[in-house]
Amino acid sequence: MRKMTFVTKTLTSLALLIGFASIAFAQIAVKGETVWTMNGDPIKDGIVLVKDGKIEAVGAASTVQIPAGYKVITAKVVTPGLIDAHTVIGLNGYLNQPHDQMALDGSSPIQPELRAIDAYYAAEILVEWVRTFGVTTIHTGHQPSALVSGQTMIAKTLGKSVENDTMVPTAMIAVTLGPSALNQGGKSPGTRAKQIAMLRAELIKAQSAKPDASRDLKTEMWKKVLAREVPLLVTAEKAVDIMSALRLAKEFKIKLVLDGASEAPQLIAEIKESGFPVIVHPTMARPGGDRDSLSMETAGKLRAAGIPVALQSGYEGYVPKTRIVLWEAAMAAANGLKYSDALGSITIDAAKILGIDSKVGSLAVGKDADIAMYDGDPFEFTTHCIGTMINGTVVSSTVR
Amino acid sequence: MKQTIASILVMLLLFAAVPAQDASIAFVNAKIIPIVGQPIDKGVLIVKGGKIVAVGDVNAVKIPAGAKVVDLTGKVLMPGLVDTHSHIGEGSGADGSAPIQPDVRIFDGLNPRAGSLQRAQSGGITTVNVMPGSGHLDSGQTLYLKLRDGAMKVEDLLIYRKDGSYFGGIKFANGTNPIRPGGGNFPGTRAKSAALVREQFIKAQEYKAKIDKAAGDATKMPTRDLAMEALVEVLDGKRVVHFHTHRADDVMTVLRLKQEFGFRLVLQHVSEAWKVADEIAKAKVPASIIMIEAPGGKLETMDVSMTNGAALEKAGALAGFHTDDQITDSRWFLRSAALAVRFGMSRDKALYGMTMAGAIMLDMADRVGSLEAGKDADFIVLSGDPLSVYTHIEQTWVEGKNVFDRSNPADYLIAVGGFGAGSDQSFDLDCFDGDIQGGRQ
Repeated sequence: MRKMTFVTKTLTSLALLIGFASIAFAQIAVKGETVWTMNGDPIKDGIVLVKDGKIEAVGAASTVQIPAGYKVITAKVVTPGLIDAHTVIGLNGYLNQPHDQMALDGSSPIQPELRAIDAYYAAEILVEWVRTFGVTTIHTGHQPSALVSGQTMIAKTLGKSVENDTMVPTAMIAVTLGPSALNQGGKSPGTRAKQIAMLRAELIKAQSAKPDASRDLKTEMWKKVLAREVPLLVTAEKAVDIMSALRLAKEFKIKLVLDGASEAPQLIAEIKESGFPVIVHPTMARPGGDRDSLSMETAGKLRAAGIPVALQSGYEGYVPKTRIVLWEAAMAAANGLKYSDALGSITIDAAKILGIDSKVGSLAVGKDADIAMYDGDPFEFTTHCIGTMINGTVVSSTVR
Repeated sequence: MKQTIASILVMLLLFAAVPAQDASIAFVNAKIIPIVGQPIDKGVLIVKGGKIVAVGDVNAVKIPAGAKVVDLTGKVLMPGLVDTHSHIGEGSGADGSAPIQPDVRIFDGLNPRAGSLQRAQSGGITTVNVMPGSGHLDSGQTLYLKLRDGAMKVEDLLIYRKDGSYFGGIKFANGTNPIRPGGGNFPGTRAKSAALVREQFIKAQEYKAKIDKAAGDATKMPTRDLAMEALVEVLDGKRVVHFHTHRADDVMTVLRLKQEFGFRLVLQHVSEAWKVADEIAKAKVPASIIMIEAPGGKLETMDVSMTNGAALEKAGALAGFHTDDQITDSRWFLRSAALAVRFGMSRDKALYGMTMAGAIMLDMADRVGSLEAGKDADFIVLSGDPLSVYTHIEQTWVEGKNVFDRSNPADYLIAVGGFGAGSDQSFDLDCFDGDIQGGRQ
């Protein structure tokens, strides 16, 4: 056997050290001048105890004792790890070159069988990037811009592997209505009406599929949609498209999550009646195209009406390749969304919409120890994220 | 009855005879950040005839008799923002026929009524360099504009020098945007890009030599060549080169070109400024940076850093900011300064970069960029600290006239968007007019 070189020796001992370190600090106490648990008012001088990757205790310093042997981390403001309710990172890479853009296959307008997990690159730079701002969970997947572009998934931003990081392998099916998902040159769908006709045809086909028919990946997915196991994530900006989506949901009794929805403030009663939540367009999204009614107040207006709302970094085709969802929530907070609701839109409310609130989204005993730490008001652009913890391990201590 | 109408008409005429801007307006009790000079906790800004007459402490500045007094207690007042690189106004430049087109003017392809101009007003931008795209080595002449209200034609937005000429620069680009492999006469490599630019400047030097030799004798002048005329203006220092450049090696190429031909230069974007900040400072070339919230989006910006502002400041280079609208939205241009501070730039230099640095880059240091007596009355009124996310721009004033008022519902709609806000601007990301477009294609 070849002798161990100095480098490999050093690396091995380093690995041992790191391994040891993470064992040694399996128990952590996070102290914050302000701790937003997302369950009631924030705690002043709060402590979050973390043990074996889970939250062991949360409370005011006067009520929570830090047991001996716990590593103490201090921050001005502590929040649950942030949740980006809709992104495409991990599938679309930061270089924006054909080899790293995997969120859209243009061969066919309806491809619910495309699994996000087969395209998710956990170690992608942008996944690491958002992690350093406190984002610990992302709902990512196939991008808007085809009628049915594929599946979405939910992952922790650990950056290890899809097997390790995935929370929900198939979260939703990404559907886009309106002009951004139209084809040209006689290829369908060429109109709004055709988009809906095609979706209805798919769902009817799945409804009438015989149980003994040979396996068909598309039909299998549509059946899950019909069984309300998997909701459709419908990106629709214009009122006409939002209404079409609601009509479709009524006809087939399927579950929706509305996405984008810049004209949703025009349809508050209808959306409220449907009971469906809205993952609102990025607050600072560019106006134009079918987003010409875009408002920085969309999230505030919907939330004030009692509609469940989450915010998103969304899909970006050019520069910047991703937004930071924290700042989209910040801008919403500056434009009519209540502070606690703005924080909720990237933590607990996002978790509820994504169906993962039993695990993440708030600082509560038994939940995953996903924590973001800041040196000031997280919403201020001049504040820094000083640490991010996922499953009880500090995964970023970059001050950014 | 007739008499009443007549007297109303007389009154109207009287009012019309005294233009509003000839009366003094005193903005009092605001916290004033003059940019040049220390902030004033309780200040006064006196404006008359579109110019700043005085600025100072409430106790030190006398309010002229008859001045209209505007109480701004609790507000912050600072100079209007200077955006050194924008694509508002749907301007067009060079076409696909050649990589270098100095003869083409954005002047001839700008919509002065575009909604994007109004959005920029709501973002506190009062002076802007509107440029054609970066898909050419030289996509043409740029315009420096004042975002005055009610423009019907481009002329209404121009800024004139004393000699009657108007302000504007010229746009150059290197790196990948102008490279079009197999694109006919467009360059296929970086070296070819540099060679093509050098070739044109050498031609311009020869053209200039002929003009100099003619010494005013019209019969000896060379045949008019619009492209050469524009480049001679560049060689004469009358037209600043705004050079789109991202990678450190491309930045160094630009500095080399500047050294060879002696043109005046503003580096634009400078995504890898942090790698060559010392070289930029040593060359005494100003850099206008863009704050982008994630790396990449294109290959040559994979190493873009939000520490660029801090790095340039540390190196001692003049650093400003730009929106590159619609790459970033004019309405939250101030966020650029806040993010630069987050990543290590000093607060003072960041605010300087939003205003005075831009004024210097656009050759208008004596007219805009700070609140000083004699300068244009271009300023913004803010609800609070300029770097806070919660702060709103409440008013924008250009040359003593209010061009944006958040309390006006129509202006509010422009500032925050919403049903009916519409958009006069297409969703092309104009900075690059090649094949890649933003949006959801």
